[in-house]
Amino acid sequence: MQANLSTATPGATGGLEVTLTGFARALRSAGVPVTQDRTQSFLRAVAEVGADHQAGVYWAGRATLCAEPDHFPLYDKVFEAWFRGEVPRLVRSRANPPNRATPGMVEAPGGSTEGGPVQPDVVRVRASDADVLRHRDVADLTPAERAALAQLFALIRPRPPLRRSARRRPARRGSLDARATLREELRRGGEPGRLRYRRPGRRPRRVVLLIDVSGSMSSYADALLRLAHVWVRSAPLGTEVFTVGTRLTRITRALRARDPDDALKAAGEQVPDWSGGTRLGDVLGAFLDRWGQRGVARGAVVVIFSDGWERGDPAVLAAQMARLHRLAHRVVWVNPHRGKAGYRPVQGGIAAALPYCDDLLAGHSLATFAELVEVVGSA
Amino acid sequence: MTDGESPGGARSGADGAARPASPEALAAALRATGYLADDGLATVAWLALAMRRPLFLEGEPGTGKTALAEALAEALGAELVRLQCYEGIDASQALYDWDFPRQVLHLRAVEATRRPDEQVDVAAVEQSLFDERFLLARPVLQALRSDNAVLLVDEVDRADDEFEAFLLEVLSTHAVTIPELGTIRAANPPMVVLTSNRTREVHDALKRRCLYHWVEHPGLAREIEILRTRLPQVPQRLAEQVASVVMRMREGGNGRGALEAPLLKPPGVAESLDWARALMELGRRELDVETAANTLGAVCKYREDADRVRDSLDRLLAG
Repeated sequence: MQANLSTATPGATGGLEVTLTGFARALRSAGVPVTQDRTQSFLRAVAEVGADHQAGVYWAGRATLCAEPDHFPLYDKVFEAWFRGEVPRLVRSRANPPNRATPGMVEAPGGSTEGGPVQPDVVRVRASDADVLRHRDVADLTPAERAALAQLFALIRPRPPLRRSARRRPARRGSLDARATLREELRRGGEPGRLRYRRPGRRPRRVVLLIDVSGSMSSYADALLRLAHVWVRSAPLGTEVFTVGTRLTRITRALRARDPDDALKAAGEQVPDWSGGTRLGDVLGAFLDRWGQRGVARGAVVVIFSDGWERGDPAVLAAQMARLHRLAHRVVWVNPHRGKAGYRPVQGGIAAALPYCDDLLAGHSLATFAELVEVVGSA
Repeated sequence: MTDGESPGGARSGADGAARPASPEALAAALRATGYLADDGLATVAWLALAMRRPLFLEGEPGTGKTALAEALAEALGAELVRLQCYEGIDASQALYDWDFPRQVLHLRAVEATRRPDEQVDVAAVEQSLFDERFLLARPVLQALRSDNAVLLVDEVDRADDEFEAFLLEVLSTHAVTIPELGTIRAANPPMVVLTSNRTREVHDALKRRCLYHWVEHPGLAREIEILRTRLPQVPQRLAEQVASVVMRMREGGNGRGALEAPLLKPPGVAESLDWARALMELGRRELDVETAANTLGAVCKYREDADRVRDSLDRLLAG
């Protein structure tokens, strides 16, 4: 029922309360989480501000029924439909606060009328676009969808894998820390205080990403580089990124830039062998000779993003992978085709490398990237 | 306005403090202190006063959330008690703490002045340890004890969930139980303003207890008005230029602005006030490209932002 506030007399509290409660319920079915106590506060607020004051009712409702800026557009729509009134457009209500990606934002298209003339417009809720985008294969996206996906990358929060360190840290339990306990006692003038303990600390392990940028992986290159950028931003000094194709290129420094587009542009300029062939075995050997021996790969978690289409000799690849496995703490192979139905790792290159990998994961969509980040974080 | 009150005037509530009778009256009182609030903010703040609910302000940094609490305190003639939240804050930092070193000294004094044959009443000595003078009242307790206070809980998104639960308890009951002293109930519950920069989602249980408002950047006309009110010596032309350039910087990246990509930190009202003040110090009466490039540090606080703005300065300043 569309109610006109100006005709609702203050004395007829019954009718007014029904109107306002109905508005709250309509708002709830539109997707704003309105609970019973919020509705009660709304009624109290309208009683304070006066029901004849339309702008007052608008602000009272916005203050009591909405919990986030994302709810404001829905609130405006339902308010306009319910009270057939002008929404005070004093400030632009933005759909999103800027610089924050909010996936899964509920979208409410124009409502459809239900039943008889006394039913209000019910605004329907439909599954969010962003959730579906997360599970789509990156290679199949249109450029517009790719741009939308790029926003969602910011939500991946990699945490570094940890290992025990030799240094002891203050802790709630563990072995007694005599020095700290004594100092605490001195601070209290000789009165016994709390006992202080210490236990071995945790340090982050290095993460090394090797991204195959040959022709067969070219449709995934953009997404993988964005993932690498997010990773580098989360731990700038503890992550190393290399591209492998026919040459080995270190792009860690380029990816340290804050803006993803700048980082990708800088990385693109550095890499000479985009969409070329793959000589994974030789390049891996070069990596281990130059960087592995220097300790970048030692004790690290190494992630290789490749589909394993190898031009060179699979035996060479197997030998280098054996070396890598001995050097690194954990080797994770990410294959974009792994997620597809009917895939079997029987092709020469990947079959040779598989015995030396600790994990073989899929890496074709944002959801699989998030899983990969979890696996590495707990390695 | 019902009869018996002066229209637009203040109405005394049960707490004896002068409470504005309508949102317009509150806006006028805030304007008298130099804070220009728009209708929505004034209505929600007035409702918070009337319903005795906390006011939860969320918004970008630099939009005047903390300033509102200060202006409210001044307008209501109340004492402003400020609790700055940080990561790891706990109840003892917010509520109260016992001054342990002083208590120990008191014990030593009692011990030193005791005559050798005197019997010591242990219970009495222990009781004297938990006296008012050894109690360090932290902001929340100060606000609860005060007659007329505005409690500002600043940046509550920096604290963690346990602190939120503690705040929720205090805000619901307006009472604090100190085991040694008893329960301290607030005679006049303070007006509570919570601010957040939305770096973390505050739990809904706390938000439900409060009245929620999102503070936006002001529009062009309002920003010019703020500049002229806060800095009366700034000429009209300069205020207009500063306000329109800052507006364009905020709009960056949505297709019609002069900047292709949005800034990492769009400038707020605080930044435009700083910029106007800086230009006044330099003695400028108009804004030109060179002066703007030199004084960019007052507006852009990130290097990438400063570079981006410097590249598009001529477009930003154009008409």
